[in-house]
Amino acid sequence: MPGTWEVRLSGSGGQGLILAGIILAEAAIIDGQNVVQTQSYGPAARGGASKAEVIISQEEIDYPKVDRPDIFLGLNQESVLKYMDGCKDNALAIVDAGLVNHIPPSKARVYALPITETARKQVGRELVANVVALGALSALSGIVSRESVTTALLRRVPKGTEDMNRKALELGFNLGEQALAGAQAGHN
Amino acid sequence: MSSEPRLVQGNEACAEGAIYAGMRFYAGYPITPSTEIAEILAKRLPQVGGKFIQMEDEIASMAAVVGASLTGVKSMTATSGPGFSLKQENIGYACMAEIPCVVVNVQRLGPSTGVATAPAQGDVMQARWGTHGDHPIIVLTPSSVKETFELTVRAFNLAEKFRVPVILLMDEVVGHMREKVILPEPGELPVYDRLKPNCSREDYYPYRADWDKAPPMAFFGEGYRYHVTGLFHDESGFATEKPEVIDLQLRRLHNKIYRHLDEIITYHSEQTEDAELVVISYGGTARAVSRAVKLARQEGRKVGIFRPQTLWPFPEEAVAELAGAGKKLLVAEMNYGQLLLEVQRVAAGRCAVTGCLQTNGELTQPETILNKIREVYEHAPGN
Repeated sequence: MPGTWEVRLSGSGGQGLILAGIILAEAAIIDGQNVVQTQSYGPAARGGASKAEVIISQEEIDYPKVDRPDIFLGLNQESVLKYMDGCKDNALAIVDAGLVNHIPPSKARVYALPITETARKQVGRELVANVVALGALSALSGIVSRESVTTALLRRVPKGTEDMNRKALELGFNLGEQALAGAQAGHN
Repeated sequence: MSSEPRLVQGNEACAEGAIYAGMRFYAGYPITPSTEIAEILAKRLPQVGGKFIQMEDEIASMAAVVGASLTGVKSMTATSGPGFSLKQENIGYACMAEIPCVVVNVQRLGPSTGVATAPAQGDVMQARWGTHGDHPIIVLTPSSVKETFELTVRAFNLAEKFRVPVILLMDEVVGHMREKVILPEPGELPVYDRLKPNCSREDYYPYRADWDKAPPMAFFGEGYRYHVTGLFHDESGFATEKPEVIDLQLRRLHNKIYRHLDEIITYHSEQTEDAELVVISYGGTARAVSRAVKLARQEGRKVGIFRPQTLWPFPEEAVAELAGAGKKLLVAEMNYGQLLLEVQRVAAGRCAVTGCLQTNGELTQPETILNKIREVYEHAPGN
Protein backbone atom coordinates (compact mmCIF):
# COMPACT_ATOMS: atom_id res chain seq x y z
CA MET A 1 0.00 0.00 0.00
CA PRO A 2 1.29 3.51 -0.73
CA GLY A 3 2.23 5.59 2.30
CA THR A 4 2.63 2.47 4.40
CA TRP A 5 5.51 1.47 6.65
CA GLU A 6 5.96 -2.09 7.79
CA VAL A 7 8.12 -2.29 10.90
CA ARG A 8 9.46 -5.44 12.54
CA LEU A 9 11.12 -5.22 15.95
CA SER A 10 12.85 -8.37 17.11
CA GLY A 11 15.04 -9.64 19.89
CA SER A 12 14.82 -12.02 22.79
CA GLY A 13 11.91 -12.29 25.19
CA GLY A 14 12.39 -9.76 27.98
CA GLN A 15 14.09 -7.06 25.87
CA GLY A 16 10.87 -5.07 25.79
CA LEU A 17 10.17 -5.23 22.08
CA ILE A 18 6.42 -5.50 22.42
CA LEU A 19 6.43 -2.39 24.59
CA ALA A 20 8.63 -0.64 22.02
CA GLY A 21 6.10 -1.64 19.34
CA ILE A 22 3.22 -0.27 21.40
CA ILE A 23 5.02 3.05 21.98
CA LEU A 24 5.88 3.34 18.29
CA ALA A 25 2.25 2.64 17.36
CA GLU A 26 0.97 5.18 19.88
CA ALA A 27 3.40 7.79 18.57
CA ALA A 28 2.05 7.19 15.06
CA ILE A 29 -1.52 7.66 16.36
CA ILE A 30 -0.48 11.02 17.82
CA ASP A 31 0.87 11.86 14.35
CA GLY A 32 -2.59 11.08 12.94
CA GLN A 33 -1.72 7.80 11.23
CA ASN A 34 -3.51 4.46 11.20
CA VAL A 35 -1.73 1.62 12.98
CA VAL A 36 -1.92 -2.07 13.69
CA GLN A 37 0.44 -3.77 16.12
CA THR A 38 0.87 -7.52 16.41
CA GLN A 39 3.34 -9.83 18.07
CA SER A 40 4.68 -13.31 17.84
CA TYR A 41 6.19 -15.08 20.76
CA GLY A 42 6.61 -18.52 22.24
CA PRO A 43 5.55 -19.66 25.69
CA ALA A 44 8.83 -18.48 27.28
CA ALA A 45 8.90 -15.02 28.87
CA ARG A 46 12.69 -14.80 28.53
CA GLY A 47 15.22 -15.71 25.84
CA GLY A 48 14.72 -17.06 22.33
CA ALA A 49 13.51 -14.89 19.49
CA SER A 50 10.35 -12.82 19.67
CA LYS A 51 9.01 -10.10 17.43
CA ALA A 52 6.61 -7.21 17.56
CA GLU A 53 5.31 -5.75 14.34
CA VAL A 54 3.81 -2.37 13.61
CA ILE A 55 2.16 -1.23 10.40
CA ILE A 56 1.79 2.52 10.05
CA SER A 57 -0.30 3.85 7.20
CA GLN A 58 -2.37 6.74 5.87
CA GLU A 59 -4.74 4.07 4.53
CA GLU A 60 -6.99 1.62 6.31
CA ILE A 61 -4.92 -1.45 7.22
CA ASP A 62 -6.31 -4.83 6.22
CA TYR A 63 -3.75 -7.62 6.72
CA PRO A 64 -2.28 -6.97 10.18
CA LYS A 65 1.04 -8.81 9.84
CA VAL A 66 4.24 -7.50 8.31
CA ASP A 67 4.88 -9.14 4.98
CA ARG A 68 8.14 -7.48 3.92
CA PRO A 69 9.61 -5.01 6.43
CA ASP A 70 10.55 -1.47 5.43
CA ILE A 71 12.21 -1.17 8.81
CA PHE A 72 13.85 -3.96 10.79
CA LEU A 73 15.32 -3.94 14.28
CA GLY A 74 17.30 -6.89 15.60
CA LEU A 75 18.51 -6.81 19.19
CA ASN A 76 20.02 -10.29 19.36
CA GLN A 77 21.71 -12.76 17.04
CA GLU A 78 18.93 -15.33 16.96
CA SER A 79 16.26 -12.83 16.00
CA VAL A 80 18.41 -11.37 13.21
CA LEU A 81 18.91 -14.82 11.73
CA LYS A 82 15.25 -15.70 12.12
CA TYR A 83 13.44 -12.48 11.20
CA MET A 84 15.66 -10.22 9.05
CA ASP A 85 15.09 -12.28 5.94
CA GLY A 86 12.34 -10.85 3.75
CA CYS A 87 13.22 -7.17 4.23
CA LYS A 88 12.40 -5.01 1.21
CA ASP A 89 15.32 -3.94 -0.97
CA ASN A 90 16.80 -0.80 0.52
CA ALA A 91 14.92 -1.38 3.78
CA LEU A 92 16.35 0.18 6.92
CA ALA A 93 17.87 -2.44 9.21
CA ILE A 94 19.22 -1.59 12.66
CA VAL A 95 21.05 -4.23 14.65
CA ASP A 96 22.73 -4.21 18.02
CA ALA A 97 26.48 -3.90 17.34
CA GLY A 98 27.44 -5.69 20.54
CA LEU A 99 25.00 -8.60 20.45
CA VAL A 100 24.84 -9.34 16.73
CA ASN A 101 28.06 -10.71 15.26
CA HIS A 102 26.78 -12.15 12.03
CA ILE A 103 24.59 -10.18 9.66
CA PRO A 104 23.16 -12.33 6.86
CA PRO A 105 23.55 -11.05 3.28
CA SER A 106 20.87 -8.46 2.64
CA LYS A 107 19.96 -5.62 0.30
CA ALA A 108 18.89 -3.57 3.31
CA ARG A 109 20.82 -0.51 4.52
CA VAL A 110 22.24 -2.03 7.68
CA TYR A 111 23.27 0.07 10.67
CA ALA A 112 25.07 -1.72 13.50
CA LEU A 113 24.67 0.57 16.51
CA PRO A 114 25.87 0.15 20.11
CA ILE A 115 22.31 0.11 21.46
CA THR A 116 22.62 -2.14 24.51
CA GLU A 117 26.08 -0.75 25.32
CA THR A 118 24.69 2.79 25.29
CA ALA A 119 21.90 1.76 27.63
CA ARG A 120 24.32 0.05 29.98
CA LYS A 121 27.14 2.60 29.99
CA GLN A 122 25.34 5.91 29.56
CA VAL A 123 22.01 5.26 31.30
CA GLY A 124 23.25 2.60 33.67
CA ARG A 125 20.46 0.14 32.85
CA GLU A 126 20.46 -2.41 30.04
CA LEU A 127 16.71 -2.53 30.56
CA VAL A 128 16.23 0.62 28.49
CA ALA A 129 17.95 -0.75 25.37
CA ASN A 130 14.49 -0.95 23.77
CA VAL A 131 14.00 2.78 24.32
CA VAL A 132 17.48 3.60 22.94
CA ALA A 133 16.58 1.50 19.90
CA LEU A 134 13.27 3.31 19.51
CA GLY A 135 15.09 6.66 19.49
CA ALA A 136 17.62 5.48 16.91
CA LEU A 137 14.88 3.99 14.74
CA SER A 138 12.82 7.20 14.86
CA ALA A 139 15.81 9.38 13.95
CA LEU A 140 16.99 7.12 11.12
CA SER A 141 13.56 6.55 9.56
CA GLY A 142 11.56 9.66 10.40
CA ILE A 143 8.37 7.54 10.53
CA VAL A 144 7.26 9.22 13.73
CA SER A 145 8.00 12.71 14.97
CA ARG A 146 10.40 13.19 17.82
CA GLU A 147 7.73 14.95 19.90
CA SER A 148 5.17 12.19 19.39
CA VAL A 149 7.48 9.35 20.31
CA THR A 150 8.60 11.25 23.44
CA THR A 151 4.97 11.87 24.45
CA ALA A 152 4.01 8.25 23.76
CA LEU A 153 6.99 6.97 25.76
CA LEU A 154 6.27 9.11 28.80
CA ARG A 155 2.62 8.00 28.82
CA ARG A 156 3.64 4.34 28.95
CA VAL A 157 6.58 4.12 31.35
CA PRO A 158 6.15 3.66 35.12
CA LYS A 159 6.14 6.73 37.35
CA GLY A 160 9.59 7.62 38.60
CA THR A 161 11.36 6.30 35.50
CA GLU A 162 10.53 9.23 33.22
CA ASP A 163 13.95 10.86 33.39
CA MET A 164 15.81 7.62 32.76
CA ASN A 165 13.60 6.79 29.79
CA ARG A 166 13.75 10.28 28.35
CA LYS A 167 17.55 10.13 28.53
CA ALA A 168 17.61 6.72 26.84
CA LEU A 169 15.41 8.03 24.03
CA GLU A 170 17.62 11.10 23.51
CA LEU A 171 20.74 8.94 23.40
CA GLY A 172 18.99 6.79 20.83
CA PHE A 173 18.08 9.84 18.73
CA ASN A 174 21.73 10.90 18.84
CA LEU A 175 22.92 7.45 17.79
CA GLY A 176 20.51 7.54 14.87
CA GLU A 177 21.41 11.08 13.81
CA GLN A 178 25.14 10.37 13.95
CA ALA A 179 24.66 7.20 11.91
CA LEU A 180 22.62 9.12 9.36
CA ALA A 181 25.25 11.88 9.13
CA GLY A 182 27.97 9.25 8.77
CA ALA A 183 26.09 7.49 5.98
CA GLN A 184 25.50 10.76 4.11
CA ALA A 185 29.19 11.73 4.46
CA GLY A 186 30.08 8.30 3.13
CA HIS A 187 27.98 8.85 0.02
CA ASN A 188 29.52 12.26 -0.78
CA MET B 1 -14.21 6.25 27.82
CA SER B 2 -13.11 9.10 25.58
CA SER B 3 -13.56 9.99 21.94
CA GLU B 4 -9.78 10.24 21.46
CA PRO B 5 -8.35 7.55 19.21
CA ARG B 6 -6.16 5.14 21.13
CA LEU B 7 -4.29 1.89 20.72
CA VAL B 8 -6.44 -0.96 22.02
CA GLN B 9 -5.87 -4.71 22.05
CA GLY B 10 -8.64 -7.07 20.92
CA ASN B 11 -8.85 -8.70 24.34
CA GLU B 12 -9.03 -5.28 25.97
CA ALA B 13 -11.86 -4.27 23.63
CA CYS B 14 -13.71 -7.42 24.69
CA ALA B 15 -13.28 -6.60 28.39
CA GLU B 16 -14.33 -2.96 27.89
CA GLY B 17 -17.23 -3.96 25.65
CA ALA B 18 -18.50 -6.31 28.35
CA ILE B 19 -18.43 -3.54 30.95
CA TYR B 20 -20.16 -1.19 28.50
CA ALA B 21 -22.90 -3.82 28.05
CA GLY B 22 -23.42 -3.93 31.82
CA MET B 23 -21.53 -7.12 32.65
CA ARG B 24 -20.76 -7.05 36.38
CA PHE B 25 -19.75 -10.64 37.12
CA TYR B 26 -16.80 -12.51 35.68
CA ALA B 27 -15.57 -15.93 36.73
CA GLY B 28 -12.74 -17.58 34.90
CA TYR B 29 -9.54 -19.51 34.81
CA PRO B 30 -6.85 -17.70 32.82
CA ILE B 31 -5.51 -19.29 29.64
CA THR B 32 -3.47 -17.97 26.73
CA PRO B 33 -4.45 -16.28 24.43
CA SER B 34 -7.44 -15.01 26.42
CA THR B 35 -5.59 -14.10 29.64
CA GLU B 36 -5.65 -10.31 29.12
CA ILE B 37 -9.45 -10.37 29.34
CA ALA B 38 -9.23 -11.79 32.88
CA GLU B 39 -6.32 -9.50 33.81
CA ILE B 40 -8.13 -6.37 32.69
CA LEU B 41 -11.45 -7.34 34.27
CA ALA B 42 -9.75 -8.20 37.58
CA LYS B 43 -8.74 -4.55 37.66
CA ARG B 44 -11.78 -2.95 36.00
CA LEU B 45 -14.73 -4.79 37.56
CA PRO B 46 -14.11 -3.62 41.16
CA GLN B 47 -13.92 -0.04 39.80
CA VAL B 48 -17.50 -0.30 38.48
CA GLY B 49 -18.97 -2.22 41.41
CA GLY B 50 -18.63 -5.64 39.78
CA LYS B 51 -17.18 -8.92 40.96
CA PHE B 52 -14.24 -10.84 39.55
CA ILE B 53 -13.50 -14.36 40.70
CA GLN B 54 -10.67 -16.59 39.61
CA MET B 55 -12.13 -20.05 40.06
CA GLU B 56 -10.36 -23.37 40.55
CA ASP B 57 -10.98 -24.43 36.96
CA GLU B 58 -13.09 -23.82 33.88
CA ILE B 59 -15.94 -26.11 34.94
CA ALA B 60 -16.42 -24.17 38.15
CA SER B 61 -16.05 -20.86 36.27
CA MET B 62 -18.93 -21.71 34.00
CA ALA B 63 -21.04 -22.89 36.95
CA ALA B 64 -20.36 -19.62 38.76
CA VAL B 65 -21.37 -17.62 35.67
CA VAL B 66 -24.65 -19.52 35.39
CA GLY B 67 -25.39 -19.03 39.08
CA ALA B 68 -24.55 -15.32 39.03
CA SER B 69 -26.69 -14.72 35.97
CA LEU B 70 -29.69 -16.31 37.71
CA THR B 71 -29.48 -13.59 40.35
CA GLY B 72 -29.88 -10.98 37.62
CA VAL B 73 -26.29 -9.95 36.97
CA LYS B 74 -24.96 -9.96 33.43
CA SER B 75 -22.21 -12.56 33.55
CA MET B 76 -19.31 -13.75 31.45
CA THR B 77 -16.28 -15.99 31.27
CA ALA B 78 -13.39 -16.16 28.81
CA THR B 79 -11.16 -19.03 27.82
CA SER B 80 -9.44 -20.80 24.94
CA GLY B 81 -9.93 -24.24 23.34
CA PRO B 82 -8.87 -26.50 26.24
CA GLY B 83 -11.01 -24.55 28.70
CA PHE B 84 -13.89 -24.25 26.24
CA SER B 85 -14.10 -28.07 26.19
CA LEU B 86 -14.46 -28.09 29.97
CA LYS B 87 -17.20 -25.47 29.98
CA GLN B 88 -19.47 -27.40 27.64
CA GLU B 89 -21.48 -29.28 30.27
CA ASN B 90 -22.59 -26.09 31.99
CA ILE B 91 -23.13 -24.32 28.67
CA GLY B 92 -25.68 -27.03 27.95
CA TYR B 93 -27.27 -26.43 31.34
CA ALA B 94 -27.58 -22.72 30.51
CA CYS B 95 -29.20 -23.60 27.16
CA MET B 96 -31.73 -25.88 28.86
CA ALA B 97 -32.49 -23.65 31.85
CA GLU B 98 -32.43 -20.55 29.58
CA ILE B 99 -29.85 -18.63 31.54
CA PRO B 100 -28.27 -15.70 29.68
CA CYS B 101 -24.46 -15.59 29.66
CA VAL B 102 -21.54 -14.79 27.40
CA VAL B 103 -18.67 -17.23 26.87
CA VAL B 104 -15.61 -15.87 25.09
CA ASN B 105 -13.32 -18.35 23.36
CA VAL B 106 -10.11 -16.82 22.01
CA GLN B 107 -9.16 -19.73 19.77
CA ARG B 108 -5.66 -21.12 19.67
CA LEU B 109 -4.20 -24.03 17.76
CA GLY B 110 -5.51 -27.42 18.89
CA PRO B 111 -6.40 -30.19 19.37
CA SER B 112 -5.70 -30.46 23.09
CA THR B 113 -3.27 -27.88 24.47
CA GLY B 114 -1.85 -27.52 20.93
CA VAL B 115 0.21 -24.34 20.68
CA ALA B 116 -0.75 -21.76 23.29
CA THR B 117 0.21 -18.65 21.33
CA ALA B 118 -0.66 -19.76 17.79
CA PRO B 119 -3.85 -18.69 16.01
CA ALA B 120 -6.45 -21.11 14.69
CA GLN B 121 -10.19 -21.30 14.06
CA GLY B 122 -10.68 -24.93 14.95
CA ASP B 123 -13.57 -24.44 17.39
CA VAL B 124 -16.29 -23.44 14.93
CA MET B 125 -18.06 -26.77 15.24
CA GLN B 126 -17.38 -27.09 18.96
CA ALA B 127 -19.01 -23.70 19.47
CA ARG B 128 -22.09 -25.06 17.69
CA TRP B 129 -22.19 -28.62 18.94
CA GLY B 130 -19.81 -28.78 21.90
CA THR B 131 -22.52 -29.51 24.40
CA HIS B 132 -24.72 -32.53 23.94
CA GLY B 133 -28.29 -32.75 22.79
CA ASP B 134 -30.22 -30.65 20.29
CA HIS B 135 -29.80 -27.11 21.46
CA PRO B 136 -29.85 -23.67 19.90
CA ILE B 137 -26.90 -21.38 20.45
CA ILE B 138 -25.65 -18.05 19.10
CA VAL B 139 -22.03 -17.62 18.02
CA LEU B 140 -20.53 -14.27 16.97
CA THR B 141 -17.08 -13.70 15.54
CA PRO B 142 -15.19 -10.39 15.16
CA SER B 143 -12.34 -9.56 12.81
CA SER B 144 -11.09 -6.25 14.18
CA VAL B 145 -10.54 -4.62 17.55
CA LYS B 146 -13.45 -2.23 17.05
CA GLU B 147 -15.73 -5.04 16.01
CA THR B 148 -14.68 -7.04 19.07
CA PHE B 149 -16.05 -4.25 21.25
CA GLU B 150 -19.28 -4.00 19.24
CA LEU B 151 -19.91 -7.73 19.06
CA THR B 152 -19.22 -8.18 22.78
CA VAL B 153 -21.98 -5.65 23.50
CA ARG B 154 -24.19 -7.41 20.97
CA ALA B 155 -23.45 -10.80 22.56
CA PHE B 156 -24.86 -9.57 25.87
CA ASN B 157 -27.89 -8.03 24.18
CA LEU B 158 -28.72 -11.27 22.40
CA ALA B 159 -28.03 -13.41 25.49
CA GLU B 160 -30.34 -11.29 27.61
CA LYS B 161 -33.08 -10.97 25.02
CA PHE B 162 -33.21 -14.63 23.98
CA ARG B 163 -32.09 -16.13 27.31
CA VAL B 164 -29.38 -18.19 25.75
CA PRO B 165 -25.60 -18.57 26.09
CA VAL B 166 -23.84 -16.54 23.42
CA ILE B 167 -20.36 -17.57 22.35
CA LEU B 168 -17.99 -14.81 21.26
CA LEU B 169 -15.61 -16.77 19.08
CA MET B 170 -12.40 -14.79 18.75
CA ASP B 171 -9.00 -15.99 17.58
CA GLU B 172 -5.44 -15.28 18.68
CA VAL B 173 -4.92 -12.81 15.82
CA VAL B 174 -7.83 -10.58 16.80
CA GLY B 175 -7.37 -11.13 20.56
CA HIS B 176 -3.74 -10.04 20.63
CA MET B 177 -3.80 -7.47 17.84
CA ARG B 178 -3.75 -3.80 18.76
CA GLU B 179 -5.43 -1.21 16.55
CA LYS B 180 -6.23 2.46 16.60
CA VAL B 181 -9.84 2.79 17.66
CA ILE B 182 -12.27 5.26 19.13
CA LEU B 183 -14.33 3.32 21.64
CA PRO B 184 -18.06 4.15 21.66
CA GLU B 185 -19.41 6.61 24.21
CA PRO B 186 -22.15 5.43 26.59
CA GLY B 187 -25.47 5.54 24.76
CA GLU B 188 -23.90 5.15 21.34
CA LEU B 189 -24.59 1.40 21.15
CA PRO B 190 -27.89 -0.11 22.32
CA VAL B 191 -27.75 -2.05 25.58
CA TYR B 192 -30.57 -4.48 26.28
CA ASP B 193 -31.62 -5.38 29.80
CA ARG B 194 -33.35 -8.58 30.81
CA LEU B 195 -37.16 -8.64 30.81
CA LYS B 196 -38.55 -9.22 34.30
CA PRO B 197 -42.01 -10.62 35.13
CA ASN B 198 -44.75 -8.09 35.85
CA CYS B 199 -47.08 -10.55 37.57
CA SER B 200 -47.30 -11.31 41.28
CA ARG B 201 -45.06 -13.90 42.88
CA GLU B 202 -47.97 -16.31 43.20
CA ASP B 203 -48.83 -16.09 39.52
CA TYR B 204 -45.25 -16.49 38.29
CA TYR B 205 -44.51 -19.44 36.05
CA PRO B 206 -40.80 -19.23 35.27
CA TYR B 207 -41.01 -21.03 31.93
CA ARG B 208 -44.37 -19.81 30.65
CA ALA B 209 -43.86 -18.08 27.31
CA ASP B 210 -45.24 -17.75 23.79
CA TRP B 211 -44.27 -20.56 21.42
CA ASP B 212 -41.37 -18.56 19.95
CA LYS B 213 -40.29 -16.39 22.90
CA ALA B 214 -38.07 -16.53 25.94
CA PRO B 215 -40.04 -16.05 29.18
CA PRO B 216 -39.50 -13.03 31.45
CA MET B 217 -36.93 -13.86 34.12
CA ALA B 218 -37.25 -13.15 37.84
CA PHE B 219 -34.00 -12.46 39.65
CA PHE B 220 -33.20 -15.27 42.06
CA GLY B 221 -33.28 -13.98 45.61
CA GLU B 222 -35.86 -11.26 44.97
CA GLY B 223 -38.71 -13.33 46.31
CA TYR B 224 -39.97 -15.08 43.18
CA ARG B 225 -39.31 -18.72 44.08
CA TYR B 226 -38.76 -21.15 41.27
CA HIS B 227 -37.07 -24.36 40.34
CA VAL B 228 -34.14 -24.53 37.91
CA THR B 229 -33.06 -27.81 36.37
CA GLY B 230 -31.25 -29.32 33.43
CA LEU B 231 -34.01 -31.90 33.16
CA PHE B 232 -36.84 -31.30 30.74
CA HIS B 233 -39.37 -29.24 32.63
CA ASP B 234 -42.84 -27.78 32.26
CA GLU B 235 -43.68 -24.11 32.66
CA SER B 236 -43.46 -24.42 36.45
CA GLY B 237 -39.78 -25.36 36.11
CA PHE B 238 -40.28 -28.84 37.58
CA ALA B 239 -39.11 -31.95 35.76
CA THR B 240 -41.33 -33.80 33.37
CA GLU B 241 -41.15 -36.86 31.18
CA LYS B 242 -44.39 -36.18 29.28
CA PRO B 243 -43.57 -36.44 25.57
CA GLU B 244 -45.95 -33.66 24.55
CA VAL B 245 -44.48 -31.25 27.11
CA ILE B 246 -40.91 -32.20 26.18
CA ASP B 247 -41.71 -31.64 22.53
CA LEU B 248 -43.22 -28.21 23.23
CA GLN B 249 -40.28 -27.12 25.34
CA LEU B 250 -37.61 -28.15 22.86
CA ARG B 251 -39.54 -26.56 19.99
CA ARG B 252 -39.81 -23.30 21.88
CA LEU B 253 -36.06 -23.35 22.69
CA HIS B 254 -35.40 -23.53 18.96
CA ASN B 255 -38.19 -21.23 17.84
CA LYS B 256 -37.07 -18.42 20.13
CA ILE B 257 -33.85 -18.32 18.08
CA TYR B 258 -34.77 -19.60 14.62
CA ARG B 259 -37.92 -17.49 14.32
CA HIS B 260 -35.88 -14.36 14.97
CA LEU B 261 -32.93 -14.80 12.63
CA ASP B 262 -33.28 -11.25 11.28
CA GLU B 263 -32.47 -9.91 14.72
CA ILE B 264 -29.57 -12.29 15.24
CA ILE B 265 -27.72 -12.73 11.96
CA THR B 266 -25.40 -10.02 10.69
CA TYR B 267 -22.74 -10.20 8.03
CA HIS B 268 -20.56 -7.95 5.96
CA SER B 269 -20.47 -8.35 2.21
CA GLU B 270 -18.38 -6.39 -0.23
CA GLN B 271 -18.20 -6.36 -4.02
CA THR B 272 -20.36 -9.48 -4.28
CA GLU B 273 -22.78 -7.99 -6.86
CA ASP B 274 -20.62 -8.42 -9.95
CA ALA B 275 -18.38 -11.09 -8.42
CA GLU B 276 -17.79 -14.38 -10.16
CA LEU B 277 -16.06 -15.68 -7.06
CA VAL B 278 -16.90 -14.84 -3.44
CA VAL B 279 -14.49 -15.57 -0.62
CA ILE B 280 -16.27 -16.51 2.60
CA SER B 281 -14.16 -15.85 5.67
CA TYR B 282 -14.30 -14.57 9.25
CA GLY B 283 -12.13 -13.50 12.20
CA GLY B 284 -8.42 -12.92 11.67
CA THR B 285 -8.38 -14.79 8.36
CA ALA B 286 -10.81 -12.28 6.88
CA ARG B 287 -8.10 -9.61 7.21
CA ALA B 288 -5.83 -11.56 4.87
CA VAL B 289 -8.80 -12.12 2.57
CA SER B 290 -9.41 -8.35 2.32
CA ARG B 291 -5.89 -7.86 1.02
CA ALA B 292 -6.08 -10.85 -1.32
CA VAL B 293 -9.37 -9.65 -2.82
CA LYS B 294 -7.94 -6.16 -3.45
CA LEU B 295 -5.00 -7.75 -5.26
CA ALA B 296 -7.31 -10.03 -7.25
CA ARG B 297 -9.42 -7.03 -8.31
CA GLN B 298 -6.23 -5.26 -9.45
CA GLU B 299 -5.58 -8.27 -11.67
CA GLY B 300 -9.03 -7.81 -13.18
CA ARG B 301 -10.70 -10.72 -11.42
CA LYS B 302 -14.24 -10.12 -10.19
CA VAL B 303 -13.97 -11.27 -6.60
CA GLY B 304 -16.05 -10.34 -3.57
CA ILE B 305 -16.06 -10.96 0.18
CA PHE B 306 -18.76 -12.44 2.40
CA ARG B 307 -17.87 -12.21 6.07
CA PRO B 308 -20.39 -13.54 8.59
CA GLN B 309 -20.30 -11.84 12.00
CA THR B 310 -22.85 -14.40 13.15
CA LEU B 311 -21.47 -17.90 12.55
CA TRP B 312 -24.39 -19.69 14.25
CA PRO B 313 -27.18 -19.66 13.36
CA PHE B 314 -25.44 -19.80 9.99
CA PRO B 315 -26.47 -17.05 7.53
CA GLU B 316 -28.05 -19.66 5.34
CA GLU B 317 -30.30 -17.40 3.28
CA ALA B 318 -27.51 -15.05 2.24
CA VAL B 319 -25.14 -17.88 1.30
CA ALA B 320 -27.91 -19.70 -0.56
CA GLU B 321 -28.45 -16.55 -2.59
CA LEU B 322 -24.77 -16.44 -3.58
CA ALA B 323 -24.87 -20.12 -4.48
CA GLY B 324 -28.12 -19.70 -6.40
CA ALA B 325 -26.53 -16.88 -8.42
CA GLY B 326 -23.91 -19.39 -9.53
CA LYS B 327 -20.97 -17.63 -7.93
CA LYS B 328 -17.95 -19.76 -7.13
CA LEU B 329 -17.42 -19.89 -3.37
CA LEU B 330 -14.05 -20.11 -1.66
CA VAL B 331 -14.07 -20.62 2.12
CA ALA B 332 -10.89 -19.38 3.84
CA GLU B 333 -10.46 -20.48 7.45
CA MET B 334 -7.74 -21.68 9.81
CA ASN B 335 -9.00 -25.24 10.27
CA TYR B 336 -9.56 -28.39 8.24
CA GLY B 337 -12.80 -27.08 6.76
CA GLN B 338 -15.47 -26.54 9.40
CA LEU B 339 -17.51 -23.64 8.02
CA LEU B 340 -16.72 -25.14 4.60
CA LEU B 341 -19.00 -28.06 5.49
CA GLU B 342 -21.85 -25.68 6.23
CA VAL B 343 -21.30 -23.72 3.02
CA GLN B 344 -21.27 -26.97 1.03
CA ARG B 345 -24.50 -28.03 2.72
CA VAL B 346 -26.22 -24.75 1.87
CA ALA B 347 -24.80 -24.56 -1.68
CA ALA B 348 -26.18 -28.07 -2.24
CA GLY B 349 -24.27 -28.58 -5.45
CA ARG B 350 -25.49 -25.34 -7.06
CA CYS B 351 -21.99 -23.89 -7.33
CA ALA B 352 -18.34 -24.82 -6.91
CA VAL B 353 -17.30 -24.68 -3.25
CA THR B 354 -13.58 -24.86 -2.42
CA GLY B 355 -11.59 -24.42 0.78
CA CYS B 356 -8.45 -22.37 1.44
CA LEU B 357 -7.48 -24.04 4.69
CA GLN B 358 -4.41 -23.53 6.82
CA THR B 359 -3.64 -25.10 10.18
CA ASN B 360 0.08 -24.56 10.79
CA GLY B 361 -0.31 -22.04 13.60
CA GLU B 362 0.27 -18.98 11.43
CA LEU B 363 -2.22 -16.50 10.05
CA THR B 364 -2.86 -17.34 6.40
CA GLN B 365 -0.96 -14.94 4.14
CA PRO B 366 -2.77 -12.89 1.48
CA GLU B 367 -0.51 -14.46 -1.17
CA THR B 368 -1.76 -17.95 -0.25
CA ILE B 369 -5.36 -16.84 -0.59
CA LEU B 370 -4.64 -14.96 -3.82
CA ASN B 371 -3.10 -18.07 -5.36
CA LYS B 372 -6.16 -20.08 -4.41
CA ILE B 373 -8.43 -17.36 -5.83
CA ARG B 374 -6.56 -17.51 -9.16
CA GLU B 375 -6.79 -21.31 -9.24
CA VAL B 376 -10.50 -21.48 -8.44
CA TYR B 377 -11.33 -18.50 -10.66
CA GLU B 378 -9.71 -20.11 -13.70
CA HIS B 379 -10.41 -23.78 -13.18
CA ALA B 380 -13.44 -24.44 -10.98
CA PRO B 381 -16.58 -25.12 -13.00
CA GLY B 382 -18.89 -22.10 -13.16
CA ASN B 383 -22.34 -21.48 -14.59
